[in-house]
Amino acid sequence: MLSIAHYFFLSFALFLIGVIGVVMRRNVIIVLMSIELILNAVNINLVAFSRLFGDAAGQVFALFIIADAAAEAVVGLAIMIAFFRHPDSLFADETDLLKW
Amino acid sequence: MPDSVVFYIFAVIAVVTAALMVTRRNAWHGAVCLITTLLATAGIFLQLHAGFLFIVQIILYVSGIMVLFVFVIMCVNLNVAMQQMKFARQKWVALMVCVVLVAQLALIIWSLRKIPSQGLPVFVSVAPERVPPTTQEVAKSLFGPYLLSFEIVSVMLLVAMIGAVALTKKKM
Repeated sequence: MLSIAHYFFLSFALFLIGVIGVVMRRNVIIVLMSIELILNAVNINLVAFSRLFGDAAGQVFALFIIADAAAEAVVGLAIMIAFFRHPDSLFADETDLLKW
Repeated sequence: MPDSVVFYIFAVIAVVTAALMVTRRNAWHGAVCLITTLLATAGIFLQLHAGFLFIVQIILYVSGIMVLFVFVIMCVNLNVAMQQMKFARQKWVALMVCVVLVAQLALIIWSLRKIPSQGLPVFVSVAPERVPPTTQEVAKSLFGPYLLSFEIVSVMLLVAMIGAVALTKKKM
Protein backbone atom coordinates (compact mmCIF):
# COMPACT_ATOMS: atom_id res chain seq x y z
CA MET A 1 0.00 0.00 0.00
CA LEU A 2 1.22 3.48 -0.75
CA SER A 3 2.06 5.86 2.05
CA ILE A 4 2.69 9.58 1.88
CA ALA A 5 6.41 8.86 2.23
CA HIS A 6 6.44 7.50 -1.34
CA TYR A 7 5.25 10.84 -2.71
CA PHE A 8 7.57 12.61 -0.30
CA PHE A 9 10.64 10.79 -1.62
CA LEU A 10 9.58 11.26 -5.25
CA SER A 11 9.14 14.96 -4.63
CA PHE A 12 12.51 15.10 -2.87
CA ALA A 13 14.26 13.39 -5.78
CA LEU A 14 12.75 15.81 -8.30
CA PHE A 15 13.64 18.76 -6.04
CA LEU A 16 17.28 17.63 -5.79
CA ILE A 17 17.56 17.17 -9.55
CA GLY A 18 16.13 20.66 -10.01
CA VAL A 19 18.57 22.19 -7.52
CA ILE A 20 21.50 20.49 -9.25
CA GLY A 21 20.28 21.88 -12.56
CA VAL A 22 19.92 25.41 -11.20
CA VAL A 23 23.37 25.44 -9.59
CA MET A 24 25.40 23.61 -12.20
CA ARG A 25 24.08 24.35 -15.66
CA ARG A 26 25.24 27.36 -17.65
CA ASN A 27 22.41 27.56 -20.18
CA VAL A 28 19.79 29.98 -18.86
CA ILE A 29 16.92 28.12 -20.53
CA ILE A 30 17.87 24.91 -18.73
CA VAL A 31 18.15 26.84 -15.45
CA LEU A 32 14.62 28.21 -15.91
CA MET A 33 13.33 24.73 -16.74
CA SER A 34 14.99 23.41 -13.58
CA ILE A 35 13.12 26.04 -11.56
CA GLU A 36 9.88 24.77 -13.11
CA LEU A 37 10.92 21.27 -12.03
CA ILE A 38 11.45 22.47 -8.44
CA LEU A 39 7.99 24.09 -8.32
CA ASN A 40 6.52 20.89 -9.73
CA ALA A 41 8.15 18.81 -7.00
CA VAL A 42 6.60 21.08 -4.37
CA ASN A 43 3.22 20.59 -6.03
CA ILE A 44 3.46 16.81 -5.70
CA ASN A 45 4.09 17.22 -1.97
CA LEU A 46 1.14 19.60 -1.52
CA VAL A 47 -1.30 17.35 -3.37
CA ALA A 48 -0.10 14.27 -1.47
CA PHE A 49 -0.69 15.96 1.88
CA SER A 50 -4.04 17.23 0.66
CA ARG A 51 -4.92 13.58 0.01
CA LEU A 52 -3.64 12.55 3.43
CA PHE A 53 -5.73 15.04 5.34
CA GLY A 54 -8.72 15.06 2.97
CA ASP A 55 -8.41 18.85 2.84
CA ALA A 56 -8.80 20.90 -0.34
CA ALA A 57 -6.39 23.64 0.80
CA GLY A 58 -3.36 21.74 -0.52
CA GLN A 59 -4.80 21.63 -4.02
CA VAL A 60 -5.67 25.35 -3.82
CA PHE A 61 -2.07 26.15 -2.96
CA ALA A 62 -0.85 23.89 -5.78
CA LEU A 63 -3.01 25.98 -8.14
CA PHE A 64 -1.43 29.16 -6.80
CA ILE A 65 2.03 27.68 -7.34
CA ILE A 66 1.15 26.80 -10.94
CA ALA A 67 0.04 30.41 -11.55
CA ASP A 68 3.26 31.61 -9.93
CA ALA A 69 5.30 29.29 -12.17
CA ALA A 70 3.58 30.76 -15.21
CA ALA A 71 4.36 34.33 -14.11
CA GLU A 72 7.95 33.42 -13.30
CA ALA A 73 8.45 31.71 -16.66
CA VAL A 74 7.04 34.71 -18.53
CA VAL A 75 9.26 37.22 -16.75
CA GLY A 76 12.34 34.98 -16.89
CA LEU A 77 12.01 34.36 -20.60
CA ALA A 78 11.37 38.07 -21.22
CA ILE A 79 14.59 38.93 -19.38
CA MET A 80 16.39 36.32 -21.47
CA ILE A 81 15.08 37.76 -24.72
CA ALA A 82 16.11 41.24 -23.55
CA PHE A 83 19.59 39.86 -22.88
CA PHE A 84 19.69 38.22 -26.24
CA ARG A 85 18.82 41.46 -27.97
CA HIS A 86 22.12 42.85 -26.72
CA PRO A 87 24.13 39.95 -28.04
CA ASP A 88 26.72 39.17 -25.41
CA SER A 89 26.00 35.84 -23.88
CA LEU A 90 23.35 33.36 -22.86
CA PHE A 91 25.28 31.86 -19.97
CA ALA A 92 24.35 32.41 -16.38
CA ASP A 93 27.91 32.89 -15.14
CA GLU A 94 28.85 35.48 -17.74
CA THR A 95 25.90 37.83 -17.26
CA ASP A 96 27.16 39.16 -13.94
CA LEU A 97 26.74 42.88 -14.55
CA LEU A 98 24.53 43.32 -11.50
CA LYS A 99 27.21 41.92 -9.24
CA TRP A 100 29.58 44.84 -9.65
CA MET B 1 -3.98 -2.46 -12.00
CA PRO B 2 -3.20 -1.64 -8.36
CA ASP B 3 -2.50 1.87 -7.23
CA SER B 4 1.15 1.30 -6.39
CA VAL B 5 2.00 -0.02 -9.87
CA VAL B 6 0.58 3.14 -11.45
CA PHE B 7 2.53 5.26 -8.99
CA TYR B 8 5.83 3.48 -9.61
CA ILE B 9 5.48 3.68 -13.40
CA PHE B 10 4.86 7.43 -13.31
CA ALA B 11 7.49 8.03 -10.63
CA VAL B 12 10.21 6.23 -12.58
CA ILE B 13 9.28 8.10 -15.77
CA ALA B 14 9.34 11.44 -13.91
CA VAL B 15 12.71 10.92 -12.22
CA VAL B 16 14.47 9.47 -15.28
CA THR B 17 13.28 12.21 -17.63
CA ALA B 18 14.10 14.90 -15.04
CA ALA B 19 17.66 13.59 -14.81
CA LEU B 20 17.86 13.54 -18.61
CA MET B 21 16.57 17.13 -18.70
CA VAL B 22 19.40 18.37 -16.49
CA THR B 23 22.15 16.54 -18.36
CA ARG B 24 21.25 17.14 -22.02
CA ARG B 25 23.37 19.65 -23.87
CA ASN B 26 20.71 20.61 -26.37
CA ALA B 27 17.92 22.75 -24.90
CA TRP B 28 15.42 21.15 -27.29
CA HIS B 29 16.04 17.72 -25.80
CA GLY B 30 15.77 19.24 -22.33
CA ALA B 31 12.40 20.79 -23.18
CA VAL B 32 11.02 17.49 -24.50
CA CYS B 33 12.28 15.67 -21.38
CA LEU B 34 10.69 18.29 -19.11
CA ILE B 35 7.37 17.90 -20.96
CA THR B 36 7.52 14.15 -20.27
CA THR B 37 8.26 14.83 -16.60
CA LEU B 38 5.30 17.18 -16.31
CA LEU B 39 2.99 14.65 -17.98
CA ALA B 40 4.16 11.95 -15.57
CA THR B 41 3.47 14.35 -12.69
CA ALA B 42 -0.02 14.89 -14.10
CA GLY B 43 -0.48 11.12 -13.95
CA ILE B 44 0.57 11.14 -10.29
CA PHE B 45 -1.98 13.89 -9.61
CA LEU B 46 -4.65 11.70 -11.20
CA GLN B 47 -3.51 8.76 -9.08
CA LEU B 48 -3.97 11.01 -6.03
CA HIS B 49 -7.57 11.71 -7.13
CA ALA B 50 -6.82 15.36 -7.89
CA GLY B 51 -8.68 15.51 -11.20
CA PHE B 52 -8.80 19.26 -11.53
CA LEU B 53 -5.06 19.66 -10.99
CA PHE B 54 -4.47 16.91 -13.55
CA ILE B 55 -6.31 18.93 -16.18
CA VAL B 56 -4.71 22.21 -15.11
CA GLN B 57 -1.26 20.62 -15.23
CA ILE B 58 -1.76 19.44 -18.81
CA ILE B 59 -3.49 22.57 -20.10
CA LEU B 60 -1.42 25.18 -18.31
CA TYR B 61 2.00 23.60 -17.82
CA VAL B 62 2.44 21.31 -20.79
CA SER B 63 0.57 23.31 -23.38
CA GLY B 64 1.03 26.81 -21.97
CA ILE B 65 4.36 27.27 -20.25
CA MET B 66 6.27 24.66 -22.23
CA VAL B 67 5.06 26.08 -25.53
CA LEU B 68 6.46 29.41 -24.33
CA PHE B 69 9.79 27.75 -23.56
CA VAL B 70 9.92 26.02 -26.95
CA PHE B 71 9.04 29.30 -28.65
CA VAL B 72 11.92 31.09 -26.92
CA ILE B 73 14.32 28.24 -27.72
CA MET B 74 13.38 28.71 -31.36
CA CYS B 75 14.03 32.47 -31.10
CA VAL B 76 17.43 32.08 -29.47
CA ASN B 77 20.55 31.02 -31.29
CA LEU B 78 21.66 27.66 -29.92
CA ASN B 79 24.79 27.17 -31.99
CA VAL B 80 26.94 29.05 -29.49
CA ALA B 81 25.68 26.97 -26.59
CA MET B 82 26.39 23.70 -28.36
CA GLN B 83 30.10 24.37 -28.58
CA GLN B 84 30.71 25.65 -25.10
CA MET B 85 31.24 23.96 -21.77
CA LYS B 86 28.02 22.46 -20.46
CA PHE B 87 28.42 22.82 -16.72
CA ALA B 88 29.51 25.84 -14.76
CA ARG B 89 32.35 25.36 -12.33
CA GLN B 90 30.09 25.04 -9.31
CA LYS B 91 30.37 21.34 -8.68
CA TRP B 92 31.22 21.76 -5.00
CA VAL B 93 28.38 24.19 -4.36
CA ALA B 94 25.93 21.73 -5.89
CA LEU B 95 27.38 18.87 -3.87
CA MET B 96 27.18 20.91 -0.65
CA VAL B 97 23.55 21.93 -1.27
CA CYS B 98 22.61 18.31 -1.98
CA VAL B 99 24.36 17.09 1.17
CA VAL B 100 22.58 19.71 3.29
CA LEU B 101 19.17 18.79 1.81
CA VAL B 102 19.73 15.06 2.30
CA ALA B 103 20.84 15.75 5.89
CA GLN B 104 17.64 17.71 6.50
CA LEU B 105 15.55 14.84 5.14
CA ALA B 106 17.43 12.32 7.28
CA LEU B 107 16.90 14.53 10.34
CA ILE B 108 13.16 14.67 9.65
CA ILE B 109 12.91 10.90 9.26
CA TRP B 110 15.01 10.33 12.37
CA SER B 111 12.88 12.63 14.48
CA LEU B 112 9.71 10.91 13.19
CA ARG B 113 11.08 7.54 14.23
CA LYS B 114 11.98 8.85 17.65
CA ILE B 115 8.49 9.99 18.65
CA PRO B 116 6.06 7.90 16.61
CA SER B 117 2.93 9.28 18.26
CA GLN B 118 3.71 12.90 17.39
CA GLY B 119 4.54 14.49 14.07
CA LEU B 120 2.98 13.72 10.71
CA PRO B 121 1.84 10.16 9.95
CA VAL B 122 3.79 9.91 6.70
CA PHE B 123 4.80 6.25 6.91
CA VAL B 124 1.33 4.80 7.39
CA SER B 125 -0.80 4.31 4.32
CA VAL B 126 -3.68 6.68 3.70
CA ALA B 127 -6.81 5.69 5.57
CA PRO B 128 -9.34 4.36 3.05
CA GLU B 129 -12.27 6.03 4.80
CA ARG B 130 -10.62 9.42 4.24
CA VAL B 131 -12.23 10.68 1.04
CA PRO B 132 -10.07 12.77 -1.28
CA PRO B 133 -11.22 16.37 -1.83
CA THR B 134 -13.41 16.70 -4.89
CA THR B 135 -13.18 19.45 -7.47
CA GLN B 136 -16.29 21.00 -5.93
CA GLU B 137 -14.57 21.29 -2.56
CA VAL B 138 -11.48 22.77 -4.22
CA ALA B 139 -13.66 25.41 -5.87
CA LYS B 140 -15.48 26.17 -2.61
CA SER B 141 -12.15 26.56 -0.85
CA LEU B 142 -10.68 28.65 -3.68
CA PHE B 143 -13.59 31.09 -3.77
CA GLY B 144 -14.30 30.97 -0.04
CA PRO B 145 -11.44 31.36 2.43
CA TYR B 146 -8.81 31.95 -0.26
CA LEU B 147 -10.71 34.52 -2.32
CA LEU B 148 -8.31 37.36 -1.47
CA SER B 149 -5.28 35.25 -2.44
CA PHE B 150 -7.01 34.35 -5.69
CA GLU B 151 -7.50 38.02 -6.55
CA ILE B 152 -3.89 38.79 -5.61
CA VAL B 153 -2.77 36.01 -7.99
CA SER B 154 -4.72 37.67 -10.80
CA VAL B 155 -2.98 40.98 -10.06
CA MET B 156 0.37 39.15 -10.05
CA LEU B 157 -0.35 37.69 -13.48
CA LEU B 158 -1.23 41.15 -14.77
CA VAL B 159 2.05 42.53 -13.38
CA ALA B 160 3.98 39.68 -15.02
CA MET B 161 2.28 40.36 -18.34
CA ILE B 162 3.05 44.10 -18.22
CA GLY B 163 6.62 43.33 -17.14
CA ALA B 164 7.14 40.93 -20.03
CA VAL B 165 5.82 43.47 -22.54
CA ALA B 166 7.99 46.21 -21.06
CA LEU B 167 11.11 44.03 -20.99
CA THR B 168 10.85 42.84 -24.57
CA LYS B 169 10.23 46.26 -26.09
CA LYS B 170 12.73 47.36 -28.71
CA LYS B 171 13.78 50.47 -26.82
CA MET B 172 14.41 49.70 -23.17
